[in-house]
Amino acid sequence: MSTTAERVQPALAGLAVQSSTSREGTLTLEVPAAAAWETIRRLKETAGFDTNTFVTAVDRFPAEPRFEVVWQFLSSANAERVRVRARIGGTDPRVRTITDLFPGAAYSERECWDMFGIRFDGHAGLKRLLMPQAYEHFPLRKDFPHQGIEPDRLYREWDRVRRERPVNRDLPHAPQES
Amino acid sequence: MGSLIETQAQPAQEGYLWTRLDELVNWGRKNSLWPMPLGLSCCGIEMMAMIGPKFDLARFGAEAARFSPRQADLMIVAGTLTWKMAEAARTIYDQMPDPKWVIAMGVCSSTGGMYDSYSVVQGIDMILPVDVYVPGCPPRPDAVIDAILKLQRKIERERPFAQLLSGDNFDEGKGSETFVRAPNQGVPTTRSHERLAPGSQVPTEGA
Repeated sequence: MSTTAERVQPALAGLAVQSSTSREGTLTLEVPAAAAWETIRRLKETAGFDTNTFVTAVDRFPAEPRFEVVWQFLSSANAERVRVRARIGGTDPRVRTITDLFPGAAYSERECWDMFGIRFDGHAGLKRLLMPQAYEHFPLRKDFPHQGIEPDRLYREWDRVRRERPVNRDLPHAPQES
Repeated sequence: MGSLIETQAQPAQEGYLWTRLDELVNWGRKNSLWPMPLGLSCCGIEMMAMIGPKFDLARFGAEAARFSPRQADLMIVAGTLTWKMAEAARTIYDQMPDPKWVIAMGVCSSTGGMYDSYSVVQGIDMILPVDVYVPGCPPRPDAVIDAILKLQRKIERERPFAQLLSGDNFDEGKGSETFVRAPNQGVPTTRSHERLAPGSQVPTEGA
């Protein structure tokens, strides 16, 4: 019986991949960010990893390159998993989207953009998933304070605009000028 | 009408008639509270149990939960209110007809609870006037029933006619704002964003 690493190895011929095994025994492939998409394509088309489990990131602040994008895939035929990691720098972090290979990764990539501010080039609708669209920060970055920066700013802005809206005094129960 | 103006000028000398009428109106209000359940998390489950047959909120006349704020006069904020949800919560509150009351059910809606976080409102009194706070995570249904009884005693002390005659009647949002706590006022915590400016060095493990 061959190991996952042995089965995956032929599919990755010619790519600068450093493979290791994580603490809990998952095969982990360290690749340069530029080669990540090609690695994932081959994992899907040659090695049979047909499901994208998640796309996320790790912030290694203050180390540089700062972010580590992590993709995990599942082969439903062989019941085995593989993890792909790529380091990218902190100024204008961007990496190629995998939504052309796994359309279901769209939500994961949106969440990753929302929380870490990593752009996925080629993603058709990369907008915030959880935080309000007008939010300015990326909350899961290590230099973001956990209590937030002016957490009530968007609410207060909404509240102010709402209060400044003119009231129709012709309505029977509208508050009258005092 | 002359007597009405006198009452307005001398609120201390309210007549027998007005105080009796106050009592009548308060008796009606306190025994027919219609809650607007804003179940935001696990507290919502306890709130359902409270309205259900075992704890039977109908004994206190407050079992008619309305999911339209137009038909409710008691807002029960049950659970974690996020800043994103705060706009919706405030809109629902504004849509409720006066007179209206608010119960902050559970530590999350009272103070933010364990969510000392960028996304959670640190107590709904930052955006709404609150009448009764209920501690607990989540509070038992009996605790919320106790809050409703306390609210009933609070309603007993209100003076609806004095309020009406003094002209301080139900201008939406007017009376409410004085009770609303400014952001984090009176919460003596060291805010981590004051200690840690963005871009500064984060202490790493073992350093």
